[in-house]
Amino acid sequence: MKILVAIKQVPARDAQLKITADERWIDESDLTFEINEPDAYALEEALQLREKHGGEVVVLCAGPERAASSLREALAKGADRAVHVVEDRLETAGGFHLGQLLAKAIAAESPDLVLTGLQSDDFGNGQTGVVAAELLGLPHATIIMQVEAGEGSIRVKRELEDGWFQHITLPLPAVLTIQSGINKLRYATLMGIKKARAKEIRTTNAAGLGVSLAAGAAIERVYAPSRSKQTVMLEGSPSEQAAQLVEKLQREVRVL
Amino acid sequence: MSVLVVMERTGGRWHRMSWETLAAGQQIAASLGVSVSAAVIGGGAGELAGKQLHKAIAVEHELLNAYSADGYTAALRQLIDQERPALVLFPHTYQVRDFAPKLATRCGRTLVSDVVQVRVDGGALVMVRQLFQGRLNADYKCTGEGPHFASIQAGAYQGEAVAAGSAEVVGFAPSLESGGIHARAEEPFREAARAVDLSSAEVIVSVGRGIKEKEHMPVVEALAQALGAEMAASRPICDNGWLPMERQVGSSGQTVSPKVYFAIGISGAIQHLVGMKGSKTIVAINKDANAPIFDVADYGIVGDLFEVVPALTEAVKKAKG
Repeated sequence: MKILVAIKQVPARDAQLKITADERWIDESDLTFEINEPDAYALEEALQLREKHGGEVVVLCAGPERAASSLREALAKGADRAVHVVEDRLETAGGFHLGQLLAKAIAAESPDLVLTGLQSDDFGNGQTGVVAAELLGLPHATIIMQVEAGEGSIRVKRELEDGWFQHITLPLPAVLTIQSGINKLRYATLMGIKKARAKEIRTTNAAGLGVSLAAGAAIERVYAPSRSKQTVMLEGSPSEQAAQLVEKLQREVRVL
Repeated sequence: MSVLVVMERTGGRWHRMSWETLAAGQQIAASLGVSVSAAVIGGGAGELAGKQLHKAIAVEHELLNAYSADGYTAALRQLIDQERPALVLFPHTYQVRDFAPKLATRCGRTLVSDVVQVRVDGGALVMVRQLFQGRLNADYKCTGEGPHFASIQAGAYQGEAVAAGSAEVVGFAPSLESGGIHARAEEPFREAARAVDLSSAEVIVSVGRGIKEKEHMPVVEALAQALGAEMAASRPICDNGWLPMERQVGSSGQTVSPKVYFAIGISGAIQHLVGMKGSKTIVAINKDANAPIFDVADYGIVGDLFEVVPALTEAVKKAKG
């Protein structure tokens, strides 16, 4: 089975975010970046499916030059090959055009199965996989917690709300968006990192894929949200903060 | 020009967020000076007759009795072609996340998802949505021809604000073929009966990523014990198996409203907030002063949880004597 995993490189989770002077995006100069967490789970699921059923895992990422480090990490974890769609300023493109870009890159590989995370930690649009599936004319299922590959089809466990689940069977090829926690993530081994150096990262770009990245419903302004609630911030040393909180819990909340 | 609200019903029951989205639709239509209609798949349109709507549209076909992304997309595409709305609104539910991007794409549009506010700015629609798990906001301007597509975040609008009035209830029968539905869905199920019902807990101590290691869990457990509180967690903690899944609070877990909710090392992504923001008092302890959890907290402590929580445990023990 040929599995393609679409990953995104995002700012590290605890990064301090500074808005740029033009208020269109964040200042990326001092940030560290990592693989978007749900995409890391999608990659792990692909590697486990390959271990069970054989085949190939191709990892795809659209993003600037820096995104190559995340592709290299995916190769070190065990992906066979990588495709890098090198484009700057993708944050100015609408979800439809991003989906087009990925759909074209996916179509060029003709995979049996496409996996990606259910959403990104930066934009959180939660729809790139579904948009790409529609443009590719493929069936999809979202928020997936389990994957069982069959002959020409796949049975998946889809998460619903409030602790409910549902099994769905889809014909292949298909696109799945993977939920965090579906599996246990592996770390790259020293051997894996060494081997990754010899693996191929093929590069292309929007022009090469014949996609024009026109903005559609794009960001006009980025800003810090205003606080809707008056939060009483407790200051001082940890023991002073604790003492103040206990007093509030006794006198105002009346639970102690 | 008009606004179309697509409401959600599952198993003969309205999804709570349907009403929030209907209220959003009414308010946006009023600021645009246009009419608003509502569509629903799965019955119940008659219940909309008493709402302030142009039309309540019952979308009906036997292939829509069970949900499928293919069926819902094909049916709503036909409805949009007939109604030609300027704006289509959905509640940002798990089901909507499954089909609305497909529908918008089929119409050649971008869905602006998980929107917290829609305003009209010089005649143009501006959608506000969160970035970086709620740490920043962004305005998206919708330019050009409609239809524009947006899904509305849980709790962004008040369901009680739906205006009463009258609506003409009409039917819409899409033409669908069973061959166009690719997924074969089985009956929904629950993993196991829930042994823990957090909804009745008076005090909940909830822990998030800030705890870093499983070995650190006793730091927070000691506080819960001192308070006589139930333990809960955000999703990543349960994913890691550090607490059982049944103690997860949030959109995929339980919804709680205790007298006091302690959010410890929880940044406050919306998926967590929807499960706990109804708590009467919220205490947040987090090292990041900009964490969105402080937007809903009544009391906030910015600091290292490994210093603050043990100090708090001691202070609680002393207060209880």
